Amino acid sequence: MQEKVLYAMSALFDTPDAIIQAAESVQKAGYKKFDVNTPYPVHGMDNAMKLKPSTLGYFAFIIGIFGAIMAVAGMGYLTGVDYPNVMGGKPFFALPAFIPITFEVTVLSASVATVVIMIAFFFKLPNNSHPVHNTEYMKNVSDDKFGVLVEAKDAMFDAAKVEDLFRSLGASRIIPIYYDLEDIRTVGNIFRPKFVLFLAIVVFVSAGLTYGVLNRLLFIPPFTWMVYQPRVNAQQKSNMFADGSGMRNPVDGTVARGWMPYRYSGKPDEAGLNLVNPLIPNTHTLDLGKKNFDVYCSPCHGYLAKGDSRLRGQFPNPPTLHSDKVRNWTDGRIYAVITDGQNSMPSYSRLVSPSDRWAVILYIRELQRALNAKQEDLK
Amino acid sequence: MSQQENNIVYTQKNLPSKLLTIGVVILIVGLVLAGASYLIDPVRASFNSLISMMFGLSVGLGILFIIGLEHLTGAVWSVPFRRVAEYLGGILYIVPILAIPVFLNMHGVFSWSDPAVIAKDHVLQGKVPYLNTGFFYIRFALAFIVLWFFFTMFKRNSIKMDSNPSESYVKSSKILSAVMMPFFAIFTTIMAVDWLMSVVPRWFSTIFGVYYFAGSFLAGLGALTLVVIMLNKRGYLAKGLGGDNYYSLGAFMFAITNFWSYIAFSQYMLIWYANLPEETFWFIPRLHTSWVWMTAGLPLIKFIIPYIFILSQPSKKDPKRLTIAAIMIMFGHYYDLFWLVMPAYHKEGFFFSWNELAFPILLIGATITYFAIVTKNKNLIPVNDPKLPQGINFHL
Repeated sequence: MQEKVLYAMSALFDTPDAIIQAAESVQKAGYKKFDVNTPYPVHGMDNAMKLKPSTLGYFAFIIGIFGAIMAVAGMGYLTGVDYPNVMGGKPFFALPAFIPITFEVTVLSASVATVVIMIAFFFKLPNNSHPVHNTEYMKNVSDDKFGVLVEAKDAMFDAAKVEDLFRSLGASRIIPIYYDLEDIRTVGNIFRPKFVLFLAIVVFVSAGLTYGVLNRLLFIPPFTWMVYQPRVNAQQKSNMFADGSGMRNPVDGTVARGWMPYRYSGKPDEAGLNLVNPLIPNTHTLDLGKKNFDVYCSPCHGYLAKGDSRLRGQFPNPPTLHSDKVRNWTDGRIYAVITDGQNSMPSYSRLVSPSDRWAVILYIRELQRALNAKQEDLK
Repeated sequence: MSQQENNIVYTQKNLPSKLLTIGVVILIVGLVLAGASYLIDPVRASFNSLISMMFGLSVGLGILFIIGLEHLTGAVWSVPFRRVAEYLGGILYIVPILAIPVFLNMHGVFSWSDPAVIAKDHVLQGKVPYLNTGFFYIRFALAFIVLWFFFTMFKRNSIKMDSNPSESYVKSSKILSAVMMPFFAIFTTIMAVDWLMSVVPRWFSTIFGVYYFAGSFLAGLGALTLVVIMLNKRGYLAKGLGGDNYYSLGAFMFAITNFWSYIAFSQYMLIWYANLPEETFWFIPRLHTSWVWMTAGLPLIKFIIPYIFILSQPSKKDPKRLTIAAIMIMFGHYYDLFWLVMPAYHKEGFFFSWNELAFPILLIGATITYFAIVTKNKNLIPVNDPKLPQGINFHL
């Protein structure tokens, strides 16, 4: 026979009223470590057992508030600071649009945290077995009986006295519950081959299923309906529009964001007459101009724009930018050269953005002034 | 538990005669103030009268709904309060009187009733089949006749049960409550649309009926909670009430506070998102004039403060805190109605003076007077209701 250690004395009762009375009596007798098991929640049991209100609600509250703050802060940072995009003409920090999501995040974080905290702290993980499991007592209370038990760990515990108390309350059965020593020894050992094998199978099956569905099944008819839905591809014919083209042109007079048409292509003199430098010289624009000039212009024109190429004769040297001709050109005329190119100089319109080009022109003006300084500049 | 189940300790007591005096005094003060404010500015007084009428109707509708809900679901916890609800719900008989100033100033309050306005407004011409004065009066009369009918039937069944405890009354009330629900929904929506939404006749919101219903439920609960706690504290109701009965009232207030906020926010957010001029113009005086402070206060007064106040379990059981919550919720509903209606009268900005207090005082006085008169020599709990013992010993 196995060596047995007493865990608790338990008693079974037949009616919910009897169990409430029993719980009250056990509580009044001064026992602290006792518990009641019933097949369904019995109204008034908290009061009979004199249970303190659970503190779980406070955890839920704090985590919920935390979730709400994280949601608002997260969305506010993403759409307001980190990657502001105009969506539906709404402000970047669009609080009304955040509220449904904040609500959901609050509920989600509070409920998940409640469950996790309940399992981890209130159920005392990793206690994955309990002495009352697999006992006659548990079989009854999970069916149609109402049970109460007093743990042997209780300071006042005396098996005979507890048994007397239960008997005086009219218990239909009194069952002592013992620890199963084998269970105690193996508690917490999750590295059993069976369990590990089970985990491995779960991992392989779920991963395989996910892969199969996403990468195989969706390419087998009839699951390919997403690919073959009716649509117009680019440059296809379409009967829907009067001109028979599936593609649409932008509305007349509209301009894409961040792009301006250049209307003086091939007409440098006209550009020189009509275009005006939109930038004003200041530290920022001159720095910007120097940076772009040094990167794109200086390999041929030289750092000081004297036409002293660093290309060692592989290309014909470009003219100096300090000639009277260039100095008398308007900013618009220089812009036309950078944009369209001239002689063997190619167009730089794809490399240098329009505002950078204007900054480069400012810098060229600065160089021209620096190399042809007037007397009053030296004062 | 089971041993005490059939002991109902209740003795019929009359409310102190002081109550009638107080009621009459407040009523007279209210009448004088209301009369004075009507003489000064009839349109403004009519607007105030309309707000008070809709508030009184809210309380009546809320209570009627609670009574109907109890019969329909077979609820037990609210049975000891039902008789109080049945007397308090009589406010439904009073409120149509407050519509009289509005009827005398139809053109001033409801611009759609003025043919000159309609002739100039293409949109309003399209609404004429619904928004015309004749149909408006018919709907008003119909709504009150239907509400009165159901309310009177519930009350009659309940009072008859005092002398003749028969199951047939329970059954008849149950059937009645099921029949009432669709009518209740339709006429609540109609009253909300006719009397609140059509103050700005071009504006529309499809969720408006639910919005008013949520506020009504709150106001009804608030009034019922306040009266029940005041009576129970002084021992006019059955002994042993409280605890979980109070908890249920508090939980209901908490739930409906959330429900109202949900509906109110849904209405605002959809209008904000769609950004359609025909919907957003309603918010312009409320957000771009000094009304904005009142708009900002609305979520605070009707959601955040009551929410935090009723959130914890003890506050749902403590009669003192429940009383404060009930008053807060009723004030919040009046605030809400004021905010809904008044910017239509005065687009330029917020205003407040004694004129605005006249009609609420009148309504309070009338309600107290009515309550004091109808409860004279009457039982304040449904003494022979079969669910009463369960209701008094109600435990969650």
